[in-house]
Amino acid sequence: MNTVYIAIVFLPLLGALIAGLFGTKAFKGLGSDADVYGEHHAHADDHHDAHGHDDHGHHGHYDGPAWPMYVTTVLLCISAVLSWYVFVGFLAEPHSTKVEVLRWINSGTLTANWSLRIDTLTAVMLVVVNTVSALVHIYSLGYMSHDEHQPRFFAYLSLFTFAMLMLVTSDNLVQMFFGWEGVGLASYLLIGFWYTRESANAAAIKAFVVNRVGDFGFALGIFGCFFIFGSVDFDTIFGAAAGQVGKTFTFLSWDVDVLTVLCLLLFMGAMGKSAQFLLHTWLPDAMEGPTPVSALIHAATMVTAGVFLVARMSPMFELAPDAKNVVVIIGAITAFFAATVGLVQNDIKRVIAYSTCSQLGYMFVALGVGAYGVGIFHLFTHAFFKALLFLGSGSVIHAMSGEQDMRKMGGLAPHIRITWAMMIIGNLALTGFPFTAGYFSKDAIIESSYAANWGFAFWLLVIAAFCTSFYSWRLAFMTFHGHPRADRETMAHVHESPNVMLIPLYVLAVGALAAGFVFKDYFIGHHYAEFWHGAVADNEIMHAFHEVPGWVVASPFVAMALGFALAFLFYIRDTSLPVKLAAQHEPLYRFLLNKWYFDELYDLIFVRPAMWLGRFFWRKGDGYVIDGFGPDGVSSVVGDVTKGVVRLQTGYLYHYAFAMMIGVAALISWFMFGGAH
Amino acid sequence: MSGWPILSLVTFLPLLGVAFILTVRGDDETALRNIRWGALWTTIVTFLLSLFIWAGFDSNSAGFQFVEKHEWLGSAAIYQMGVDGISMPFVILTTFLMPICILASWHVTKRVREYMIAFLVLETLMIGVFCALDMVLFYLFFEAGLIPMFLIIGIWGGVRRVYASFKFFLYTLLGSVLMLLAIIYMYWTAGTTDIIALLQNPSFTPEAQRWLWLAFFASFAVKMPMWPVHTWLPDAHVEAPTAGSVILAAILLKMGGYGFLRFSLPMFPDASLYFQTFVYTLSVIAIIYTSLVALMQEDMKKLIAYSSVAHMGFVTMGIFTMNRQGIDGAMFQMISHGLVSGALFLCVGVVYDRMHTREIKAYGGLVSTMPLYAFTFLVFTMANVGLPGTSGFVGEFLSLMGAFKDNTWVAFFATTGVILSAAYALWLYRRVIYGKLEKPALMHLPDMTPREVMTLAPLVVLTIFFGAYPAPILDIFGASVENLIKPLNEAAAAAQALATASLQ
Repeated sequence: MNTVYIAIVFLPLLGALIAGLFGTKAFKGLGSDADVYGEHHAHADDHHDAHGHDDHGHHGHYDGPAWPMYVTTVLLCISAVLSWYVFVGFLAEPHSTKVEVLRWINSGTLTANWSLRIDTLTAVMLVVVNTVSALVHIYSLGYMSHDEHQPRFFAYLSLFTFAMLMLVTSDNLVQMFFGWEGVGLASYLLIGFWYTRESANAAAIKAFVVNRVGDFGFALGIFGCFFIFGSVDFDTIFGAAAGQVGKTFTFLSWDVDVLTVLCLLLFMGAMGKSAQFLLHTWLPDAMEGPTPVSALIHAATMVTAGVFLVARMSPMFELAPDAKNVVVIIGAITAFFAATVGLVQNDIKRVIAYSTCSQLGYMFVALGVGAYGVGIFHLFTHAFFKALLFLGSGSVIHAMSGEQDMRKMGGLAPHIRITWAMMIIGNLALTGFPFTAGYFSKDAIIESSYAANWGFAFWLLVIAAFCTSFYSWRLAFMTFHGHPRADRETMAHVHESPNVMLIPLYVLAVGALAAGFVFKDYFIGHHYAEFWHGAVADNEIMHAFHEVPGWVVASPFVAMALGFALAFLFYIRDTSLPVKLAAQHEPLYRFLLNKWYFDELYDLIFVRPAMWLGRFFWRKGDGYVIDGFGPDGVSSVVGDVTKGVVRLQTGYLYHYAFAMMIGVAALISWFMFGGAH
Repeated sequence: MSGWPILSLVTFLPLLGVAFILTVRGDDETALRNIRWGALWTTIVTFLLSLFIWAGFDSNSAGFQFVEKHEWLGSAAIYQMGVDGISMPFVILTTFLMPICILASWHVTKRVREYMIAFLVLETLMIGVFCALDMVLFYLFFEAGLIPMFLIIGIWGGVRRVYASFKFFLYTLLGSVLMLLAIIYMYWTAGTTDIIALLQNPSFTPEAQRWLWLAFFASFAVKMPMWPVHTWLPDAHVEAPTAGSVILAAILLKMGGYGFLRFSLPMFPDASLYFQTFVYTLSVIAIIYTSLVALMQEDMKKLIAYSSVAHMGFVTMGIFTMNRQGIDGAMFQMISHGLVSGALFLCVGVVYDRMHTREIKAYGGLVSTMPLYAFTFLVFTMANVGLPGTSGFVGEFLSLMGAFKDNTWVAFFATTGVILSAAYALWLYRRVIYGKLEKPALMHLPDMTPREVMTLAPLVVLTIFFGAYPAPILDIFGASVENLIKPLNEAAAAAQALATASLQ
């Protein structure tokens, strides 16, 4: 079995190396010293043909071999099949095991080794990550087929998958941090994949840096865990956590509760990775990356790493009720906030991005109230329908020759029936239509929040459910229904995607429809305890949420129906209504359209001051104060060096060297004749 | 090998190369080629020979190994060489980087003979610094090493080379004078300059320790460099030729950190504890201040120079945590920074040789014509950012971990460095590598040449290898660090007990 686990994790790394080494141009043509230092620079250009500077990616021609991409995809598919094999094994008989791979960082009492921890939580994540990743690889064979840099794309995708697998199989916080930052790197590279676009480059840096703000907290959390528990190993931490209940330690001169602070620091990392309120600003911008990337990284897997982190650390969170409350509050606000912003966005991918942000908020609410199994269940189902929605919108964008603005779409349904059907299935699952995947997982979260007496969270989630339904159907209606708003030429090109792109959609659609009722008994049903086998902490809420009043159970359905009705009214019946409404409530509309002005705020309070300080320290601090009173000041006393430079060009130099040697000689003589008695 | 004076051999072997170069007559192409190859082979053989030190090194022992002792300069100063876990990695780092530097200087045309001689002499002096086990000997190597570096900047440097070398000189002069006085005082008091003896019996009064500590600090802080005596470094880097920058960043800066670990901490433990907060403060300021300054740089080399100062802030912080993780982290950070910053300067050299400018604005979109270069630069950018899986992570992470154990404020502020380093490093990468390839001068740049690949490939491999498997390095100095912190912890405990007693 250990070989299987190792294969699952390392096959994608192998794939990344194959695509990177044998596919990309990087290792093909070297320059020569003669080109660099010789007189003629010219003849280096024949193998660098003109590159596409199209606004939408490279779109040149890829003329290299196709096999690296296929090999990479096949390796990932093997990994996915093996993951299901492991997962089915867990359905039959959950257990927990550990595979030691290699020593890593050992320093005194600190031991952080490369190892794989396989328990139910990991098995679930393996399935989610590898399934979506394999499908996205297949889909990309079609979607990226016009891109001249496709091997690089596949290398990044597989590298991402490897890092994500290291994250979910980690047995200690440091390896998790490796995966955590590794997926951040892959995300950075993929957002900036179309590197000729300024906006893509800016979004890539933003994603990395904002994530690093979260990682700042995560890192401090790891240091704190090592300080308190003397270990970064999960089992050791969980074993000792109970002994720390109610204890305090001095953090930044304050005496604070140990577990609360450690959990909150770790949660800060989760907020960054999972784009939670205050650290969410990078996710919508991340849509600059190619759409398969959005599906894999910024919807199904990487952004759920924060949820995974909290679930993994649940034995510790369970002992820190204050930290859990913060998780609920942040999650609920995110769910609500992102849903409201999603109402008015016009870019098809940005709507889905805000939707993702909002759904992640739901998951955190579930974790915060202690329904860890429910949160992970939603992570599981969400991966299917959100990947479906993203890949479906990719198919739309593909059909529309790269257009992403829904105001320029409309009336596409008759032309791309299959894509339409897939998107509808995705919408049904997302909005929680009865018996689809979202119905089981999302409603369970709303019920758990009520069962935990979190009225605040409950109502925000219900309102968010209404918004979710509205913006989802708004998206469907604006894209597929009504009159075409695109120009004639674009409409003439509208075509259904090839099978290589549609087949992944079918698979995901099956998941979006069936993942709920097939797996609900395992994840959140009455036998959840056997399934989880202690991989996440237990809490009575897992039972209590089954016993909430009928109106609570009905409320998400009502919210969904209202959202659908309103979207139908606005975007099918009378399309002038939304315009009028926006005009009537101009400030509110602007507020939502501009995403609550977070970007502007952060620019004002972080980015600008940092740059101002940087320049100030450089010019005034280094230049005026330190150099002014230091070397420059001294030199102006000794003799005006700058003026004398011309005359003394080399003269001074030898004087200094000479002075040094005199000093050394003097020292030696002192020891030989004077000091040495 | 055991009977051989291997440390002396490794130290002075480069001088044999110097002798060979001096015998080469003429200035024609053949002569120049002989000089280059002579220098390259000398450094390669030195490196291979130095591997025997690693092979024969017993990492379970905390004491000095391969010790050689001879009479020298009368009865006072002795010629004593030896390495322990703290100095040995630096010896290997030096010998490893030298062939790379020679290779990177292959196309130097100005005074090739003198250039190669300067580098080979510099190698001898640098290895000597890390091997010397006598204060006078150490001081000689330490100071004499400045001369070739000073000449390298002053003769083969850029436009403002005189200003830069003057600044370099002025700062280091101040430090060395004070250190010299301290060494003389120590000889008067302890009656010996034998480092092993001084380490075994560090018997200076707390009062004297503080003065001595400050005198050594003046020298090491300039070398590191620590804020606020860091302003010589950006200028020196900007003006130095590529290989000069590599040596400066990779080896010379490490002498400060090495000095703290070899002298300040073990010989003046009470003073080190006394000044701990002071060093923390300077380190944290260095990390934040220079990171912000790096963000605004317009010159590639200056940006990397400022980032070096920030990274050295992690080192000084880690050293003065005086706990295992902190010092392990500082040591590892120094080795890793030697590889990574050296490589970053080589990367700048690659494009500088093509475009003859270091101005960031002159670049953009290089990935289109130089994909291999883009990949290489990415690896080192990420290592500079401290991405886990690269060697840059291990040191930074351990030193912060050590800092958290000792003082959460320090860890808190220093950890903001991980955000800032991401900002400046990625911002540089974006401006140079990404974007549209629009500038006419950049359109036909050839990708890295086989020679450039040879200089950078080993560094790529090691940066990733030591990121994934740092054990070979961490194991070298584990025992020595453990040995170093034991008396420090005892001193700290004693100080604690004294404070408690006086309160009662």
